[in-house]
Amino acid sequence: MHELGIVKHVIRTLGDVAKENRVRRIGSVTLEVGEVSGVVVEQLLDCWNYFRERDPLVKGAPLHVETIEALTLCTACENVYKTVEHGKTCPRCGSKETYLLRGNEFSIKEIEAETDDAPPE
Amino acid sequence: MLKTIELKRTVTDSNDRDAALLRAELKRRGIFLLNLMSAPGSGKTTLLSRTIRDLAGRTHVGVMEADIASSVDAERIYALGAESIQMHTDGMCHVDAGMTRAGIDALAALRSEIVFLENIGNLICPAEFDTGAHKNVMILSLPEGDDKPLKYPLMFRKSDALLITKMDAAPYFDFDLDTVLRRVRALNPSIRIFPVSAKTGEGMDAWEDWLLAQWEEWKHA
Repeated sequence: MHELGIVKHVIRTLGDVAKENRVRRIGSVTLEVGEVSGVVVEQLLDCWNYFRERDPLVKGAPLHVETIEALTLCTACENVYKTVEHGKTCPRCGSKETYLLRGNEFSIKEIEAETDDAPPE
Repeated sequence: MLKTIELKRTVTDSNDRDAALLRAELKRRGIFLLNLMSAPGSGKTTLLSRTIRDLAGRTHVGVMEADIASSVDAERIYALGAESIQMHTDGMCHVDAGMTRAGIDALAALRSEIVFLENIGNLICPAEFDTGAHKNVMILSLPEGDDKPLKYPLMFRKSDALLITKMDAAPYFDFDLDTVLRRVRALNPSIRIFPVSAKTGEGMDAWEDWLLAQWEEWKHA
């Protein structure tokens, strides 16, 4: 399953972040997921809930998902429209010369964390 | 006390960095790595078998077969006298840089100069994870249909070369080569496209010449 692999990558990236920021424990994680990124949020949450109990860094931490609406630009008439409703064809002029402006995102926006603020040696 | 740390980092950030490290490591070790991606049953192993036979005497080819289970592919390659290892991803839909490194280490005692990573048969996930390969090569077999560039655009965009395999089956399918060429080039203008048949040998020279030229260029870069 796709989401299983993605969650493993999220947790690995969080491990790097924890080292760089002297993080002891992560309280919550917020992801930004584009509407057409191909990620199924329900499956992502199921996989997260499974893996978070197996890693002390993120144990018990909730995963928040912020959805980013997908928008497409028509290069023929410069119309910007909703990708999910109309797909690749511009609803105003019928052109297929269109490209995705946003909606393919998949990033870790922010985390809430408990840090070790002792000055470096 | 909890504080908020803003990251704005891609989910695959740790893998992207690992892949870049692996690419540099392989350069030092003189191993040219190609990531071969396609749907299941597209003829990856048949194409590799033919390529290995044709290149015998010119270079040493090694193959890392990644599958969810079984080792039938690695056995087919081994039977040709090429170096091969079987990797199991235990249900994962793709191979990442860490898994690739483990595969390379398993091949390390051997003498391969060009190594193919035969990725999991899947047109979606393998395109999203950088394996650390120097070139990405995609296979589309003729029976899969000429609409695939429309349905799975990312893999066509990420690939340096596209092999259209099973060309010998053209009389039996409604597959329009010109339509595919147009659709693929709209997604990726710089991709090299090779229509081939590993069975009849049609087009194999052009693909193998390209492969050897890429290897030479990489060695002297």
